[in-house]
Amino acid sequence: MSSEDVNRDSELRLGEVVEATTTEFVVQCYELYTAPALGSLVMCGDDNAIYGIVHEIGTRSIDTGRRPIARGRDEDDEDAIYEANPQLSRLLSTEFRALSVGHTADGSLRRWLAPLPPRIHSFVYTCSEDALREFSADLDFVSILLSAPISAADDVLAAFLKMASDARSNSDEFLVNAGRRLTPLLGGQMQRLDGILRRIAI
Amino acid sequence: MTMGANGSVRNADVGWGGSHRLGMVVSGSLTEGMEVRLDADTSIEDIKVGTFVNVQGQRMRFFGVVTDVALASMDPSLPASPPDVSNPFIRSVISGTAAYGTITVEPMLTLGGGDRVAGIDEPQPAKTIPPHFSAVGSATDEDIRVVFGSEDKDDRYFWIGNPLDMDTRLCLNIEELVTRSNGVFGKSGTGKTFLTRLLLAGILQKDVASNLVFDMHNEYGWQGTSEGATSAVKGLKQLFSSKVAVFTLDEESSRRRGINPDYVARIGLEEIEPEDVLMLRESLNLSEVAADATYSLQREFGQKKWLGTFLEMSGGEDMRELASRLNVNDRALSTLQNRLRRLMRLPFIDAEKSHDSVNRILDYVQNQDMHVVLEFGRYGSDLSAYILVANLLTRRIYARYQQLTERAAGDSAQSPRPLVITIEEAHKFLNPGIADQTIFGTIAREMRKFNVTLLVVDQRPSGIDDEIMSQIGTKLTCLLDSERDVDAVLSGVSGSRKLRAVLSRLESKQQALVFGHALPMPVVVRTRDYGSAESYASFGWRDEGERLAMAERDAADLF
Repeated sequence: MSSEDVNRDSELRLGEVVEATTTEFVVQCYELYTAPALGSLVMCGDDNAIYGIVHEIGTRSIDTGRRPIARGRDEDDEDAIYEANPQLSRLLSTEFRALSVGHTADGSLRRWLAPLPPRIHSFVYTCSEDALREFSADLDFVSILLSAPISAADDVLAAFLKMASDARSNSDEFLVNAGRRLTPLLGGQMQRLDGILRRIAI
Repeated sequence: MTMGANGSVRNADVGWGGSHRLGMVVSGSLTEGMEVRLDADTSIEDIKVGTFVNVQGQRMRFFGVVTDVALASMDPSLPASPPDVSNPFIRSVISGTAAYGTITVEPMLTLGGGDRVAGIDEPQPAKTIPPHFSAVGSATDEDIRVVFGSEDKDDRYFWIGNPLDMDTRLCLNIEELVTRSNGVFGKSGTGKTFLTRLLLAGILQKDVASNLVFDMHNEYGWQGTSEGATSAVKGLKQLFSSKVAVFTLDEESSRRRGINPDYVARIGLEEIEPEDVLMLRESLNLSEVAADATYSLQREFGQKKWLGTFLEMSGGEDMRELASRLNVNDRALSTLQNRLRRLMRLPFIDAEKSHDSVNRILDYVQNQDMHVVLEFGRYGSDLSAYILVANLLTRRIYARYQQLTERAAGDSAQSPRPLVITIEEAHKFLNPGIADQTIFGTIAREMRKFNVTLLVVDQRPSGIDDEIMSQIGTKLTCLLDSERDVDAVLSGVSGSRKLRAVLSRLESKQQALVFGHALPMPVVVRTRDYGSAESYASFGWRDEGERLAMAERDAADLF
């Protein structure tokens, strides 16, 4: 897949990279609470795209010294708090972390780490179903995910596989093959494999 | 080829003649066999011990046989904490990957270079093994034809049955078969007689030798019995009427069964020799001293008259005098006389004169190129009668063949037509105590020098002398239970440990393990059908209506 093929529609733009290493990048969303779901495939960069899988999402105060305080004692529902305090959307921000799992180079898709991390302020897009199908056609990258020092790697992987299978017509076959691909990678960790399979079996 | 998500090649044509991919070689050795990991979508239940596989190496193609089937798991903790296989998805992921099947394949032959067309090179015994990850596929019909030969291409081959789970005709080189003595073994009711009848029919059909069958239970001549739905099956005479002569020792029994025998055989008392009595030691319950005394008696009374004279002697003083002259115990001598008198009661024994049964047999066999089945009628159940007659006739026939062969020395065109002698209950003739003294032992050991070979049929191969067993060229073994019998059959065979596993798992009917001289590697066969109209037709037999139609067609063609 070349970078030109990807739909860089601004509607799909989520935010910008605010922190980056070769293994992962942190994205601040333009809007509060608009992070893609755990396990989603996102891409950043324009010419040489870098792909990441969302593995942690958080919303916190922009000023680390100012914690939010509870404001809803007199409100009827949660939305009313935000309506009564429109400044909240400026004081809080939603960020997510994406694990780098692939990149494009010389017009071809590579499912391993990019040689350099994305630049700060790189635009980050959510991937279309087509892009997701294409990227998940080969599962070379799952070893990166399984061995990454992140919390809940198994849940992230299971969520990614579910999304990738939902983007396909032959979703059952995809999941069985994916499971078979995972099995040798998790040799000796049968319980872990069992856990992942149970999550994607539903 | 299609690639699965785990990068393996999925079941597909592996690129040679319709073979179905099963898995790949992952470890092993030439002596222990290769371990083959089955692909995730190969069902372990589809692979049976004894089935043939081919393995495509880098430069050579290997032909092997499955000797073991096993389950393995990637994770040693899997047996202790199995995954949730009640979920069909988890089951389909785990089976074949984390928990998989393996088979052990014994490499038997190499079928020439992989890039050459199969069939150009003769198969060679495998002296190496294919490299890691070589693709293993099911054997194809063409493989079987290349390895075992085919009736269509070469008339020396005879269709004996089918390999397990295949419809290909598996053939024996029948011309090679008859150059050695052969054995059909198996416990009672496993199909020895059917297999033997098949071999005899093969020898007849391919016309590679003459048969002489000592037919203990009247199974081979006109009609045999079957345990199946059809209680009677056609004998050799019915299938090959112009080539088979039925001799009988019991004319009454033959006629009762509706057979018109070609010759009624009788045995003259003066034809019996001490060696014949020696063979009967066990069945007549004679002591060694008594049996040996027959040689002294022969010296005393002369070559021909010894038995007649001895049996006519009254007891008392004469006997004691004879005993002291021969330097044997007089009790032993009178016991011998009593026991030998039993033989006189056999109606086919003629005390008056000798008969030329041997010449009649030889005339049919040598001059008319026919095959002789000697029926024992009711005397088949009398083991002494069977042993006596078989031994006596065979000894003379062998002597005659020896003369003929020696006369033809240097001129192979003159040498006598090969003769295959079939004996049942062979351990009575070939047990270790007497095997080195009897004519059957000599034939088995000296093999084809004089163009006479044996086809021994036995349910107790452990009773046969080891030396004789080791000289048997091709062994066809149906199911055997006793450890000792299995040991006896497999002694001296390479890879016997693996064959033992195969042998003990044969089905009790219509299956046999065949190995030895007449075929390049051991094989389990589902014996060719015998007894149905189609099976008779495959031997060239035609029923009455068909024969008439053919005759009419021929007549129409002629005029």
